[in-house]
Amino acid sequence: MKDIIIIGSGIVGSSIARELSRYSVSVTVLEKGNDVSVGTTKANSGIVHGGFDAKSGSNKAKFNIAGNAMFDKLSEELQFPFIRNGSLVLCFDENQAEALESLYEKGIGNGVEGLEIISGEKVRELEPNISEKVHSALFAKTGGIVSPYEMNIAYAENAYNNGVEFQFLKEVIEIEKNEEIFSVKCSDGSVLQSKIVINCAGVFSDEINNLVCEEKLHIIPRKGDYILLDKVHGDLCTHTLFQLPTKMGKGVLVTPTTHGNILLGPTAVDVDSKISLSTKRNELDSIYESAQNTVPSISKRMIITAFSGIRAHSIGDDFVVGESKVKAFYNLAGIESPGLTSAPALAVHIANEISTKYELNKNEKFVATREAIPHFAVMDNAKRLECIAKNPLYGNIVCRCEMITEGEIVDSIKRPLGAKDLDGIKRRTRAGMGRCQAGFCTSRVMEILSRELEISMLEVTKSGVNSEMLLGRTK
Amino acid sequence: MEFKNLVIIGGGPAGLAAAKSAYDSGERDILILERESELGGILNQCIHNGFGLHTFKEELTGPEYAQRYIDEINDRKIEYKLNTTVIDVSRDKIVTYVSSNDGLVEINAKAIIFACGCRERPRGAINIAGMRGAGVYSAGTAQKLVNIDGYMPGKEVVILGSGDIGLIMARRMTFEGAKVKAVIELMPFSAGLNRNIVQCLNDFDIPLHFSHTIVEVVGKDRVESVLVAKVDEKLNPIMETAFSIPCDTILLSVGLLPENELAKNASVELSNITGGAIVDDSMMTNVDGVFQCGNVLHVHDLVDFVSAESEVAGQCAVNYINGKARSAEKIEILTTNGVRYCVPEIILKDNEFKPLALKVRVANVFKKVKLQVLLDDNILISKNRAVVAPGEMENIALTSEQVQKLKTANKIEIKLVSEVL
Amino acid sequence: MIKEMICISCPMGCHLSCDITDMNDIKVTGNTCPRGVLYAKDELTQPKRIVTGSMRVVGGNKAMLSVKTSNAIDKHLIFDSLRLLNEIKVNAPIHIGDVMIENVLGTGVNFVATKEIL
Repeated sequence: MKDIIIIGSGIVGSSIARELSRYSVSVTVLEKGNDVSVGTTKANSGIVHGGFDAKSGSNKAKFNIAGNAMFDKLSEELQFPFIRNGSLVLCFDENQAEALESLYEKGIGNGVEGLEIISGEKVRELEPNISEKVHSALFAKTGGIVSPYEMNIAYAENAYNNGVEFQFLKEVIEIEKNEEIFSVKCSDGSVLQSKIVINCAGVFSDEINNLVCEEKLHIIPRKGDYILLDKVHGDLCTHTLFQLPTKMGKGVLVTPTTHGNILLGPTAVDVDSKISLSTKRNELDSIYESAQNTVPSISKRMIITAFSGIRAHSIGDDFVVGESKVKAFYNLAGIESPGLTSAPALAVHIANEISTKYELNKNEKFVATREAIPHFAVMDNAKRLECIAKNPLYGNIVCRCEMITEGEIVDSIKRPLGAKDLDGIKRRTRAGMGRCQAGFCTSRVMEILSRELEISMLEVTKSGVNSEMLLGRTK
Repeated sequence: MEFKNLVIIGGGPAGLAAAKSAYDSGERDILILERESELGGILNQCIHNGFGLHTFKEELTGPEYAQRYIDEINDRKIEYKLNTTVIDVSRDKIVTYVSSNDGLVEINAKAIIFACGCRERPRGAINIAGMRGAGVYSAGTAQKLVNIDGYMPGKEVVILGSGDIGLIMARRMTFEGAKVKAVIELMPFSAGLNRNIVQCLNDFDIPLHFSHTIVEVVGKDRVESVLVAKVDEKLNPIMETAFSIPCDTILLSVGLLPENELAKNASVELSNITGGAIVDDSMMTNVDGVFQCGNVLHVHDLVDFVSAESEVAGQCAVNYINGKARSAEKIEILTTNGVRYCVPEIILKDNEFKPLALKVRVANVFKKVKLQVLLDDNILISKNRAVVAPGEMENIALTSEQVQKLKTANKIEIKLVSEVL
Repeated sequence: MIKEMICISCPMGCHLSCDITDMNDIKVTGNTCPRGVLYAKDELTQPKRIVTGSMRVVGGNKAMLSVKTSNAIDKHLIFDSLRLLNEIKVNAPIHIGDVMIENVLGTGVNFVATKEIL
């Protein structure tokens, strides 16, 4: 029997796991997928929002502001890519200046620091490739960008190193509560028991809640498509560029990523399926056209890939945070944008609440830091030489586009909560994320996976169950 | 820092031919850097026949063609390093490479030949919508898995793009027991050789749909089907024409791109059309002492022409190392009227009157035309062609006498002229 | 009667026009070299192909050996000949030109190695 079961290992579940590992308490994370960060967290904008956009007084506003302030220290402790690059909300029409002004007011009201409205001229000074049509902009210096899955993985690894147990392929299908004890049943037939359950199931958080709570939740899966541009065009912009919403629509963002690509998107379409991540041609076209309003020189030739993600939109349009009417059952539901920014603050909030209520002792052995995989591509030559001398696998470049070595790939498999499939390696090392989109390295990475996991090549998958890469031998 | 007269990046057909010819031109201080565990490059996985008719006057398979050149390299004891990846080339010709054996090494080279080939264009670059399950491979990746490793990427296959690798893989997958359901080509013509359409598709009744494209990939964990639609003249899909083809695998053969990220770092000027460097008739780029040949320069259909081009690069690199004076005066070759590009792009007005091959691609399919080389508006060469197509490179071989005329002209133009007119 | 075809003897892919009014005297035009005539006549009477494939290697530095038929064989024998390759594993070392399967399906043509295996 465990003290706490966390359902879901996305950014919310993993960050809560890590914050709870500061205390002497036994925690198990149940994850439906075969890896952490395989739901909403793996495919979103990766934006650390300033906090001016959230409705005043909402959970979104509160946790956004608090979360944003935590990223500098966190990204150092947990070694995940984060850049405070600042964001701009672009106003294209003089008549919209008032709306920009009220966004500014809302931001001030929310407590956002360093907000400023700047002229179109000033915008073009900051961003030379931006459209001539930009009239003015709201400049939020505290805005930033983060690699969402790397942040998620860092949190989970740190939680694991501090004693949290992670169980994969555990889809929760029943929760019963008897005399203060929860029995959590999974689709594989296993049953785990705990005193506390924390629901961090993302787009499925309504279904998990509805297994125990009278008070039903309803999450609407809202799909967003994205387009990623080649790194060689990474200098198109340095700030995150939003468009001021108009009657015509919300517009799309154009932002650099922490790895130097340019990301365009997202669309927002409510869909029926919570799992079907399918990009649509018309949506991709609309992103492309809208992004050109911001940076006119964007062209289709720059695209290296497109993907889609699903956000957990709640009917109430705000985060559902805290203990439900069922005692010791906590909900973190409807965590859509700015969920990634808010996650660190949400995690501390929940951990504080639980530790206070249950008078938890400090975990004296807690280590706040986690070491990232050393990335060959960003080292200087002296460091590279040293690295290869220590581990010759670092001298074997497997992914040419991103300059990822065999050493990094093996590390990503061998480390705690290591990669089990091609997508897992991709998220941890970036092998296959470059301009050739794994055309060159696929078969090599498959061989390394097969060797390190001691499985047949035929068992190597792209992303877990039913995604085997090969369907047999030739003879 | 180490020093070398000639560093050749890539030990595929281009690099091997360049090294051989550099050696035969008198150079002994040569190093080939190859990232794979054996020499031969992509030829090693091209186990089909059709190589070497020009070079060796017999029809070889890829590995046999490669071995001929590997033997030449070994006979000459030319130095090469395997499992070695070049990570940087600077403007002042410092080549940085890494390998497990040597760690990280910087070499200051007198001359560099880029012979590092091309890569396949990925799915993202052509913007196919849909899900991202397993089962989408580039044709070249599938070729490696089948021919080198002995694995089947899938059993029911749809191939997007009618480039040569896609056509060859249609036949190979059929040979290995898979069912190839269709080849889908966006353009109204094939990017591959006619010969391959006959012997890889027609022989096995594999349908080839021109002016069609995949509009959506269906299948969450693994590909389950593709939605295919006809495209209009602007290449936009006509959704009303969409039909579904059940399959577990998609192979992409949608074009090859010269691999020029390293060359860019070295300030090599690239052509927007070929994706390779802009070179003169010595295969030298805008950067003194930096040469290109083979598929990194422009994508070839035939390895025989890669070898020939690379031998020129090897020889000219040696001339450069030996300080042979070069004329500064240059003339650009104009390509007009249906001719998309010519390599080399630039002719040096020097006294090197050696035979030269002009490699030309046309922009579209044309029937009954003359392909002409004009000097100061006078016809130097005129070739009758029943059909020309973008998928088939035209190799215009010039004699020494013709090169002499070329180098003294004030205007060089290559164009297509309709025979009917 | 005229039959159009594309010569596959070499990558040039000449467009051939064959007058097959008299099958005993087929007239070919459009070829660049004499092999075009031979190809057209064969293709119209008894089509042949060189078959390439691979065999599994035991104890070598490669998993697969690539092979080809030393000459073209009848087109209708392609799949039967490929089946032979699936049934046999070969031992390293192997040199280019080594005969791996003799007299394939009684054609007198051999499957020979096209790759050096150590």
